[in-house]
Amino acid sequence: MPVYSQKVMDHFMNPRNVGEIENPDGIGEEGNPVCGDMMTFYIKVKDNRLEDVKFQTFGCGAAIAVSSMVSEMAKGRTLEEALKITPQSVANELEGLPKNKFHCSNLGAQALHKAIEDYLEKQKKGVQA
Amino acid sequence: MRRVYLDNAATTPLLPEVREAMMPFLGEVFGNPSSLHSWGDPAREAVETARVQVAGLIGAQVEEIIFTGSGTESNNFAIKGLAMANQKKGNHIIISAVEHFSVLHSARTLEKLGFQVSEVPVDKYGTVDPDDVRRRIRKDTILVSVMHANGEIGTIEPIKEIAKITKEMNIPLHTDAVATAGTIPVNVKELGVDALSLAGNQFYGPKGVGALWVRRGVRIMPLLDGGIQEGGKRAGTENVPAIVGLGKAAELATANMDARIKLLTALRDRLITQLPAKIDHVVITGHPQKRLPGHASFCIEFIEGESMLMWLNMQGVAVSSGSACTSRALKASHVLIASGLSHELAQGSLLFTFGIDSTVEDVDYILEVLPPIVTRLRQMSPLYAKFEKAGKGVR
Ligand code: FES
Repeated sequence: MPVYSQKVMDHFMNPRNVGEIENPDGIGEEGNPVCGDMMTFYIKVKDNRLEDVKFQTFGCGAAIAVSSMVSEMAKGRTLEEALKITPQSVANELEGLPKNKFHCSNLGAQALHKAIEDYLEKQKKGVQA
Repeated sequence: MRRVYLDNAATTPLLPEVREAMMPFLGEVFGNPSSLHSWGDPAREAVETARVQVAGLIGAQVEEIIFTGSGTESNNFAIKGLAMANQKKGNHIIISAVEHFSVLHSARTLEKLGFQVSEVPVDKYGTVDPDDVRRRIRKDTILVSVMHANGEIGTIEPIKEIAKITKEMNIPLHTDAVATAGTIPVNVKELGVDALSLAGNQFYGPKGVGALWVRRGVRIMPLLDGGIQEGGKRAGTENVPAIVGLGKAAELATANMDARIKLLTALRDRLITQLPAKIDHVVITGHPQKRLPGHASFCIEFIEGESMLMWLNMQGVAVSSGSACTSRALKASHVLIASGLSHELAQGSLLFTFGIDSTVEDVDYILEVLPPIVTRLRQMSPLYAKFEKAGKGVR
């Protein structure tokens, strides 16, 4: 078993914000090119803020903890703030990740960013139409 | 909390009788077997007794047993040593796609040195077709190596049939019997092989000791040069306590094999039949019948092995997985991929290997604790959500 921090174990055992949002404003799906895992983020946006964030994860213990932490960090933030969440900041909040598990934190940040981009994309199209 | 150790493929525990046998050699009997005095004598005698015991386990001539430091060393020695010794005859070797890394990576090293390596594929059960071996044999083939059984999926390979072909073509055949020697009957004459690897920690002996059997008359180049220990084939002062332990474990395995097989087979079959009844979308990996007695391996769809291992560990259960996330290199088990499983399915790999201390209650405990873990992880799996929507699996 990799040596995970207490924080990682806590989020692994009690992941926050698991699930799907019905009619989300944005969806971001990211696959892990290293090991073939997958994360999906769903967001609900109101007044430029992430009103709700939910996720689904197919992956290791670190990946589950990462997605839970990302959802917690993102919820209630403005889109700009949420886009500033980086793999490093997620890993820091989790009190560190084992070296060979750091790539799992890329997955979380990227899936969230993709969901936000998806939302912005839809907004643009909506405005044009 | 209940503690259930079902990772005997990683290592078996040391039997108390084996430890007893080793103790004097960790204490008062400390002599070097090579020494020509009364300190050396008992150490030498003990090593020779162990040689008789190990030879007895596999039906070999006593002087054909070479003690090594592990199953990995035995495999390195066999692949590199046999290839190097026969270099004048050719530079082509054949291995199967599901070999242990100690065979696979030894072959890679030989490739860098100019040898050519052909890999024989396997079917969906991980079984080698002997005809596929035959088709790859060339004029310059100097070695074939196919494992006796696979430690990850439990499949037992048709070594006898492969040996018929290699014998006909006069090519040495090595088999990695680390998963079988001491567990199921292994007889080098019946198998018809020319070299065979085994390891002590697979049958209740100590870690850090193994043996390579090489048929008399088959040339092999030593990996370790130095003194004339092990007939000059493996230099270095012998690890006497470990060798004594290996010998004792071999003797006990020979004596108790039938009873052990009976126990392990019953536990394996209980898990293999009952787990799929408790959990949907479970695939059994490896051969359904031709498999190691204590070996039950599965892929649980839509979820990943490490997260299952972590939950099981919290419930006191030790198992292993061939998922990419559990491997240090973050690669799915080459054995599962060679058997045709998708990367997604391989992620859900779980491997239960029973030992002689295992009980029916252990199996029932697994059947009790695993289903809720699977449900929990599936509830957060995007693959499972997609499956539920589309109504089809990831296979
Ligand atoms: S998701 Fe595969 S190692 Fe973390």
